[in-house]
Amino acid sequence: MSKQFQFKLVLLGESAVGKSSLVLRFVKDQFDDYRESTIGAAFLTQTVTLDDQTIVKFEIWDTAGQERYKAPMYYRNANCAVVVYDITQASSLDKARTWIRELQRQADPSIVIALCGNKTDLTARRQITQEEAKKYADEEGLMWFETSAKTGEGVSEVFTAIAKKLPLSAPSSRTNAARGTAAARQGVDLNRQTTTQGSNEACNC
Amino acid sequence: MDEEYDVIVLGTGLTECILSGLLSVDGKKVLHMDRNDYYGGDSASLNLTQLYRKFRPNQTPPADLGRDRDYAVDLIPKFIIASGELTKILVHTDVTRYLEFKQIAGSFVYRDGRISKVPSTELEAVKSPLMGLFEKRRAKKFFEFLQGWRDEDPVTHQGNAFVNSGINLDTDSMKAVYEKFGLEPGTQDFIGHAMALYLDDDYIDKPARPTYDRIVLYTSSMARYGKSPYIYPLYGLGELPQSFARLSAIYGGTYMLDKKIDEIITDADGKFVGVRSGTETVKAKQVIGDPSYFGAGAEVGDGGRLRVIEEKRVIRAICILKHPIPGTDGSDSVQIVIPQNQVNRRNGEYLDLQHTLIPDLELDIYIAMVSSTHNVCAKDVYVAIVSTIVETSKPELEIQPGLQLLGSIYEKFVTVSPLYMPLSTGEADNIFITRSYDATSHFETVVDDVKDVWGRVTGKDLVLKQRNPEEAEQQE
Ligand SMILES: Nc1nc2c(ncn2[C@@H]2O[C@H](COP(=O)(O)OP(=O)(O)O)[C@@H](O)[C@H]2O)c(=O)[nH]1
Ligand SMILES: [Mg+2]
Repeated sequence: MSKQFQFKLVLLGESAVGKSSLVLRFVKDQFDDYRESTIGAAFLTQTVTLDDQTIVKFEIWDTAGQERYKAPMYYRNANCAVVVYDITQASSLDKARTWIRELQRQADPSIVIALCGNKTDLTARRQITQEEAKKYADEEGLMWFETSAKTGEGVSEVFTAIAKKLPLSAPSSRTNAARGTAAARQGVDLNRQTTTQGSNEACNC
Repeated sequence: MDEEYDVIVLGTGLTECILSGLLSVDGKKVLHMDRNDYYGGDSASLNLTQLYRKFRPNQTPPADLGRDRDYAVDLIPKFIIASGELTKILVHTDVTRYLEFKQIAGSFVYRDGRISKVPSTELEAVKSPLMGLFEKRRAKKFFEFLQGWRDEDPVTHQGNAFVNSGINLDTDSMKAVYEKFGLEPGTQDFIGHAMALYLDDDYIDKPARPTYDRIVLYTSSMARYGKSPYIYPLYGLGELPQSFARLSAIYGGTYMLDKKIDEIITDADGKFVGVRSGTETVKAKQVIGDPSYFGAGAEVGDGGRLRVIEEKRVIRAICILKHPIPGTDGSDSVQIVIPQNQVNRRNGEYLDLQHTLIPDLELDIYIAMVSSTHNVCAKDVYVAIVSTIVETSKPELEIQPGLQLLGSIYEKFVTVSPLYMPLSTGEADNIFITRSYDATSHFETVVDDVKDVWGRVTGKDLVLKQRNPEEAEQQE
């Protein structure tokens, strides 16, 4: 039987760089110019199967439009982060740098960070060179990719590379789920109803 | 900002965030703003930098407290009572998926000069030093009576052989009920204050029903997870507003933090039009906000209009300790209720007068303590908040009996906060103001406020629909 691991992945970056589009491409292999893919979704899930049949399941948290106003809860216990910039917007790389500094300061030190330049289909409007972004990523020890959520180019590679970089040496947790994912919760379970006094506690919905 | 919204919510305290989340789920177009650059308002949890910036602006946090990121210090001392209404909202809205909870390890009461565990099981009750042997038997009958009570079954109203006539919870006073079981004043004190969690003795002469409800809430919460009736979110209470803010956002709510609100704009009839921030104006049909956005504390109120009034004041002392609270078996987290009947003090002197009813102060002191077990501070650090409703002009002396139980205090941050309530219901002007966080030890009154505001804003009762998990979490 193949092993399955679960990790929390967060998306970060300035608004409109294509974070939600990248998730939609990765999870549903779709692209939509207008639709907000994440309405009502706490997070999306998608799996990557590695060469040795190990299955890595990502619990993907999109910003839900809160990107400018960071909630520490959002990247709490994240195992990996995809920090996205738009290759046609010079300012979006600066924003990405701010985010990476924030993660380095506040997130778990073992977090795997991928810097991702999106919208490569718009080459004519490129403002951020590959050299510039790659140099920065190397300095900070980050993985670096370029993608187009629109054409799908490079998208699955980002997630596969992250899956390979994550520590798959059987985390001690019983479910093989990393801390922070829903499956790894170990505290008290609020959804558990007590049977002894259940009758008047049951909800009438 | 020329967009128009259904509702603008001002402040990201828990009350406002629950409302924002529920309104967004209900399909309303919500704009949620806060003057601070962090979520939570008065119910936030702060890291060390934020904490020192707030209370010691000229001082950097001492290095021996450890890493900034390990801290999430609550501004208000509250726990979640396990079988209460907030738990229901957390479960029904499914925000539990963002949160992880742990139990509070113990619930204690100060009695006869020392701290004792509030008994949670019959076995504990039998061993408890709170009651003598005969009193234990009487208390057992009392709790059996409460447990057996069914409104529709008069047999259960008789209680037992000790009780010769049936009890009517709606007309008999709590005093009468205590007397029917012959409970001693000291026992009444711990039941009324440490279990029903009344802050003073006013309840005794009122009908017994609400006290019955509170005791049942306490005991059923206790039965749920075992150690205490309370649970607590890892990383601090500030996670609660954040999780509801995310709920609001994933249902389309728009967030703007770090935004100064300069004016609440109304029309000639005083009806809400919009809010102004600098030169920008946003319009909406209704506005909901915490009192600080509506002139709380200002000299002339908001635009000369008085919208909120100060009801009471609460003193809260956030104390950083390097040890657990003495007498609590080294518990990593506790609530300690100090019934005012158990303390006396004059001119700042704290006298431990056993069994003496105190003339000058009436309201209980609470201690709420959490620690690194709940990921709110560095290892071997304990954060206790001592609080009470202010009754005199020297509030800090009023909490002395609580502070003295803590042992040596590494650092103490004291606030005296007015509790505001709105002066109007908002139905006439579409301005709906929430209440300040009160001195009770849990969030039940916060949920009351949420339901109350919801009713007035939407014109309907709050019905909690369970979100469809399939819909919420798309599977591959
Ligand atoms: N041409 C192009 N447009 C994209 C690409 N990714 C996203 N977009 C568009 O950029 C806009 C913002 O995308 P969105 O995913 O909502 O960005 P977010 O705010 O970062 O989540 C939308 O109009 C998308 O259709 C891409 O790879 N190429
Ligand atoms: Mg998006």
